[in-house]
Amino acid sequence: MFDSSALLRQRFAALRSSAEVFSLRHVKQSHQALSVRRNVAEPPFFSQDEGAMLTARVAGVEAYAATADLSQAGLQRALEQAEALARQIARHSLLDLRGQAVPTGQHDVVSPHFDEAIPSLANCLALLAAESASVPADERLVDWQASLGVSVVEQTYLNSAGAELRHAQRFLFPGLSVTASDGQDSQSRSLGRENFGQQGGFEVVERCGLVGAAQRVADQALQLLLAPNTPEGQRDLLLMPDQMMLQIHESIGHPLEMDRILGDERNYAGTSFIKASDFGHLQYGSALLNVTFDPTISEELASYGFDDDGTPATKQFLIRDGVLLRPLGGALSQYRSGLEGVANSRACSWNRAPIDRMANLNIEPGDRSLEQLVQGIEHGILMRTNRSWSIDDARNKFQFGCEWGQLIENGELKGIVKNPNYRGISAQFWRNLAAVGDRSTFQVLGTPNCGKGEPNQVVRVGHAAPACVFRQIDVFGGQA
Amino acid sequence: MQHAFEALVGVAHNALHAGEQFTLGYSAEQSRFVRFNHAKVRQAGDVSQASTHLRLIRDGRQAEQLVTLSGEAQVDSQRLEAAMQLLRQTLPLLPIDPYLQLNTAPWNSLSCQAAPLPALDEVLALIEREAGDLDLVGIYAAGPVCRGFASSFGALGWHQANSFNMDWSLFHENGQAVKANYAGQAWNAGDFTHRLRQARDQLGFLGQPAITLKPGSYRAYLAPAAMDEIAGMLCWGGFSAQALATGNSALQRLYNGDGQLSPLVSFSEQVSGSLSPAFSDEGSPRMDVPLIQHGKARQQLTSARSAAEFQRVANGADSYESPCALSMAGGNLPSEAVLQRLGTGLYISNLWYLNYSDLPAARMTGLTRFATFWVENGAIQGPVNTMRFDDSLYSLLGSQLEDLTLEREMILSTSTYGQRSTGSSHLPGVLVKGLNLTL
Repeated sequence: MFDSSALLRQRFAALRSSAEVFSLRHVKQSHQALSVRRNVAEPPFFSQDEGAMLTARVAGVEAYAATADLSQAGLQRALEQAEALARQIARHSLLDLRGQAVPTGQHDVVSPHFDEAIPSLANCLALLAAESASVPADERLVDWQASLGVSVVEQTYLNSAGAELRHAQRFLFPGLSVTASDGQDSQSRSLGRENFGQQGGFEVVERCGLVGAAQRVADQALQLLLAPNTPEGQRDLLLMPDQMMLQIHESIGHPLEMDRILGDERNYAGTSFIKASDFGHLQYGSALLNVTFDPTISEELASYGFDDDGTPATKQFLIRDGVLLRPLGGALSQYRSGLEGVANSRACSWNRAPIDRMANLNIEPGDRSLEQLVQGIEHGILMRTNRSWSIDDARNKFQFGCEWGQLIENGELKGIVKNPNYRGISAQFWRNLAAVGDRSTFQVLGTPNCGKGEPNQVVRVGHAAPACVFRQIDVFGGQA
Repeated sequence: MQHAFEALVGVAHNALHAGEQFTLGYSAEQSRFVRFNHAKVRQAGDVSQASTHLRLIRDGRQAEQLVTLSGEAQVDSQRLEAAMQLLRQTLPLLPIDPYLQLNTAPWNSLSCQAAPLPALDEVLALIEREAGDLDLVGIYAAGPVCRGFASSFGALGWHQANSFNMDWSLFHENGQAVKANYAGQAWNAGDFTHRLRQARDQLGFLGQPAITLKPGSYRAYLAPAAMDEIAGMLCWGGFSAQALATGNSALQRLYNGDGQLSPLVSFSEQVSGSLSPAFSDEGSPRMDVPLIQHGKARQQLTSARSAAEFQRVANGADSYESPCALSMAGGNLPSEAVLQRLGTGLYISNLWYLNYSDLPAARMTGLTRFATFWVENGAIQGPVNTMRFDDSLYSLLGSQLEDLTLEREMILSTSTYGQRSTGSSHLPGVLVKGLNLTL
């Protein structure tokens, strides 16, 4: 771990610059992707990536240069390139950062069980092959795949003010999916994949529930193929955590990103229905809604000690008792807006600059068991596992779809329905939050695929949530 | 960069053991990225990156590794040799791959374009002069992009091109916006100025009071950029041989013969003449492939792996079987007659954030974004507030399709996820009798 640190430290110390502040962010990452599809092992895929971003601030204007040439000359060249670019854009720069503080801390953060070995490639493949082979023989089961991704990331941030901040993290992404088709319709059921990932060791695979799940998942895909479409109309909606995460992500996370509110993302990711003046008083949701930026749940995907600009990360309520308190805004956004934010300035790798991103964005558990949530619904539907997401550029009008639906009548779970979709408006939806599940319904989930930014970046984000009930939501099924 | 790639190919050949074969992909770029907000520079930087994708094959087994390259020949040789060693140790752990199918034909392909790119000072000065008083937000991305491929069977491909992509929006103070783009390989300050002025002129229409529509079916014109979003959804597995064979394609019913699009609709993968490399990431020469002709399914995009798995013939598709240069045939509607033919309805410049409501039914949802107008009797009445649509492709490009524009637009991808994309699409505008708005 941190094998590059001594050399990096030495080379950083030897850099020469006329910038008032400069920094180096070194990222070294490896990835292994294994998959067995329809009982055939796909070619294993490995990757090794390493590079550094040098950032220079000259007369209050910052620019960067990213390079994979980590020699002394390569780093010096990149730093000079960044300085020259900062000077070149000075007359056109939007920001004057002369007053912005620079981090000075020294800190190391390591994922839980980082040093514990995970099973060998052969053993992992055998596990995936066994799961794949457990899918029953049924001609309607046309596709299935068991997969495991493992990423290891080490990052070192050094700056000319003396900061040295290091992360060593390991992420696991287990997954299983089965598709059933009758030639006309197809239905898929999945476990993990885009809806699950955690930091840690092999215990993550156990927590995901991958082992021994294939038969059940396949059976559910077949049940969906035979199920009627979700009926259209208004119903109470019980969202399980693997759909709550998407709901939080799209209609709380993105609209609270401060760089969107400041207009940086208007050409691509979009803007927000939230204004800077809303913080501190807007009733975002019902009084049951408590949303936190929480980097302290060690296994959650975006738990860290400080962000990529070097700001220390602490748990903060973004929404408490339904009232909007603070944005997802890192040090730069806080400097620009004057609002208190969180440590969420993040980059996907060494070749992209940090911007405001979601990290771990969670809903705090309430006081109802799942049984009580169901019992409290007279005419409703349970939905689980996201499969479709669409929301406007202000993150207001949304339509989401799930893999699995189950009707609820008079406080009891009834028949399974396929193609469960629902639509609403963020600004109103969270005010319909009527019940929040307790810790027994709470799950720590996350996705490796949050896209944003120009140039584009994909980062890992964590979402932990209980099951939640929303009153009178428009739901509907498939077919045009 | 070509020299660095050829040196790596030599290293791979030398490191190969008896009985082994390799393929070596290469991808590199030197990019300048400048973000704008309020017509000022929000963030600027240079990125120099290169990577090689090694696949080692032996005894019917294969494994792959992607390695970032430092640019120092010695370091990169060591990295490639280490990658080969890791893969060599991995292969005996794997079962025989029944879908391993190699293109063993030796081939050569070389494409180099080194048209000069503008100095950043020129770009900044033009933006300041033409849009300094406007609320411009967007990104300028420019620099050389390279792709290479080689194999132990004697294949050698090289593609290098300088390119730029200025993608921006102009915002009216009421929050409405117009989107514009100037991209290509041959920079012309006059053309860029023209685009900037064109966007400024369009901004004028956005100042009229915004109109809010009720859900329902509306006559609509989808400009090529809006059609590009729908085409993008079809690229998401729609034409993929694997997806079609496994119930995961939105065009399943079309390819089964159970669904049909309008006879006006023809799609093809049109690699020749596009900005994409002439070879796929698997190392096969790409081909032009007719996908849909006159509303009926024709070929699928078939990778070597799918060819082996589903007993098909590979046709130069990338491993993920998505078009890189999708082309849709034009129709009979002259662009200058669009408003008149639309009569009363929606003029939609862009769509946003599409996804499937029901994939097997090719039913998709998404939203209007940027410069969507309400038109009455051929005259623009004002911008329309964001609306959601939810409709089936069999309706939009089937029963409800009235015409396509005669002229088509070449749209160069602005995607920079991981690296700058070389993808493009060539599309007409689409006039439909009914588009279903839901929210």
